[in-house]
Amino acid sequence: MENARFRPLEYVFWACTLLPFLVTPSYLSLASQVAVTALFALSLDLILGYAGIVSLGHAAFFGMGAYTAGLIAKHYWTEPLSGLLVAAVSAGVLGYLLSHIVVRFRHLALIMLTMGFGLLLAEAANSASALTGGADGLQGFHVPGVLGFKFDMFGRAAYAYALAVLFLCFLVARRIIHSPFGLALRGIRENATRMPAIGAPTLAHLRKAYTIAAVIAGIAGAVLTHTTSTVSLETLSFGRSADVLVILILGGAGRLYGGIIGAIIYMVARDQFSGVNPQYWYFWIGLLLVAVVMFLPNGILGGLRALRKKPQ
Amino acid sequence: MLRTSFVLAAALSAFSVNAQQTVKIGMPLELSGQFADTANQMLNGAKTYMKEHGDTVAGKKIEIITKDVGGPAPDVAKRLSQELVVRDNVDILAGFALTPNAMAAGDVSAEAKKFMVVMNAATSAVITKSPYMIRTSVTLPQVMETFGTWAATKGGIKQSYTMVTDYGPGHDSEAAFQSAFKAAGGTIVGSVRFPVANPDFSAFVQRAKDISPESIFIFIPGGAQPAALGKAFAERGIDLKKTKVLGSGETTAEAALKSMGDNALGIITAWHYDYMSKVPLNQKFVKEYQSVANGRNPDFFSIGGYDGMHAIYEALKKTKGNTDAQALVDAAKGLKWESPRGPMMIDPETRDVVQNVYIRRVEKVAGELVNVPFDTIPMVKDPAGERRKTQK
Repeated sequence: MENARFRPLEYVFWACTLLPFLVTPSYLSLASQVAVTALFALSLDLILGYAGIVSLGHAAFFGMGAYTAGLIAKHYWTEPLSGLLVAAVSAGVLGYLLSHIVVRFRHLALIMLTMGFGLLLAEAANSASALTGGADGLQGFHVPGVLGFKFDMFGRAAYAYALAVLFLCFLVARRIIHSPFGLALRGIRENATRMPAIGAPTLAHLRKAYTIAAVIAGIAGAVLTHTTSTVSLETLSFGRSADVLVILILGGAGRLYGGIIGAIIYMVARDQFSGVNPQYWYFWIGLLLVAVVMFLPNGILGGLRALRKKPQ
Repeated sequence: MLRTSFVLAAALSAFSVNAQQTVKIGMPLELSGQFADTANQMLNGAKTYMKEHGDTVAGKKIEIITKDVGGPAPDVAKRLSQELVVRDNVDILAGFALTPNAMAAGDVSAEAKKFMVVMNAATSAVITKSPYMIRTSVTLPQVMETFGTWAATKGGIKQSYTMVTDYGPGHDSEAAFQSAFKAAGGTIVGSVRFPVANPDFSAFVQRAKDISPESIFIFIPGGAQPAALGKAFAERGIDLKKTKVLGSGETTAEAALKSMGDNALGIITAWHYDYMSKVPLNQKFVKEYQSVANGRNPDFFSIGGYDGMHAIYEALKKTKGNTDAQALVDAAKGLKWESPRGPMMIDPETRDVVQNVYIRRVEKVAGELVNVPFDTIPMVKDPAGERRKTQK
């Protein structure tokens, strides 16, 4: 089992996440959305990278959290931290309910199933336009700030908030991964039929992992809602589910930092490419993905690790 | 292409007095994905105006900075608008094909005090998001309520069955048409909504046919769907001479008419712009537009972009190049001009578009299917905006 203690490189990494405040203060809004996406990818990593549950409908929980946070801010109160908790709970409840069905399937059936749930929820949100605002997005709320810091145009509070939430969730995820439960999940991923033989309740473990991932995805959605004061159907869309999968594969699944690195690279590349060429930037993103998949089949982190091990 | 224009702009600004003499217009557009065509038509409309009128106004050079939002994504639209203001120092925000994106950018306009021009987004409430915002496109109630009233009065139609696409604009159109039609004495005998990506309309049309209403109102986004619907009408044997089919301009737009063919004959639509209009101003516009857009014909997105640029130019002329948001929006209020679509005005109170709504019928003119206007409701204000005024 890997050493559960923080390695020096990790301290460096998290110290670097503070750099945008000093080095690129005009990119803080982007940085806050990178942090949200990284958190979302982290949640997918828990189920895909560690438990082996392939999902093409993970945006369902992201959107659930986003809409819950938005509805609370609209109808009840605009204090974000408590809103975050409620959003986490609502996404968790949804995750728990769905987990009973989802964990019974593997591979292709699983992809179809998660995708189906995602589409159903997106369509439900579209139809319930009285509640969600439908295609126009949820309107009529504004989250002024967090703990007295204003969510302004420069995005300082937004990034600080998103980063803090990402870091806390990361610590939780890290703790889970290095626990016996985390080890059991990897066991299930490697051989689902063998795990019960050593007395591991496979389905219960998977349900738990799926619910935890749903909670974290819901938190990510809520942070996006709070920092932008917008919620739209896009938070539930298939595109978002697919994007986060691509991000995770790009960074390296099953590596905890894979989603974070993937999110940084994907979103920054997207921002730069689309800045240079707003019409045809998808070409370059596509090229980047093809290159990564061809030369670094285990993602960027997987590639780096292989590189480090080679000399021996 | 982008790079050359950048170098050109840099060279030109070196010749002119200094860099501060530039007015930057930030346009976060939906340049990739499903709505790329819409956004490009809008952008080309704006470019056509700049080609016709030069890129200098009130002694200042106009520079457009585009960003890609990638679809209906208000979080991205908001971030890009913020970045345009914070990083690129734009003076004006413009564009916005989609309502959620316009709503999100409205917050930025209000907070950063930037003049904002909505060139499409047609949900009425968009305009309330910022006091520095004007709209140069159209609002759904403006056309649909007007059409509902017209149908029940001048149109002499007593009953109608509504068929709309099951999404935001469809719901809004359905509500607007139904309420106005009923208020003017008509009855709605039934309604149906079909899914957004619906390939076959036979079942829906059959339901309408079973009721055999005097008229059918349809709202359907442009593209391939109007053709499928037209086909279903023909197949199910709905006679357009007996059953009047009413729709929005998108139902019989250029591509839709081409794919519907003769099935479209007799469809009555209400809309604010048609590129086939024989007004000289429009014919000149279409010609210019084709040269900018590689031969494409303009549509109502293009005219929104074109008139949006006109409003920016005229407002800048009035403020003598001052880009203060309050000064610009004050200058834009009450602006009146003759657009290729006809006369139009920016309502001094609501900052929304005021324009003619044309009632057209699809006819064959010289072997070509054309929307022939046969009635005009002059200078219609957004009815939803008028209601908001009385609520206050």
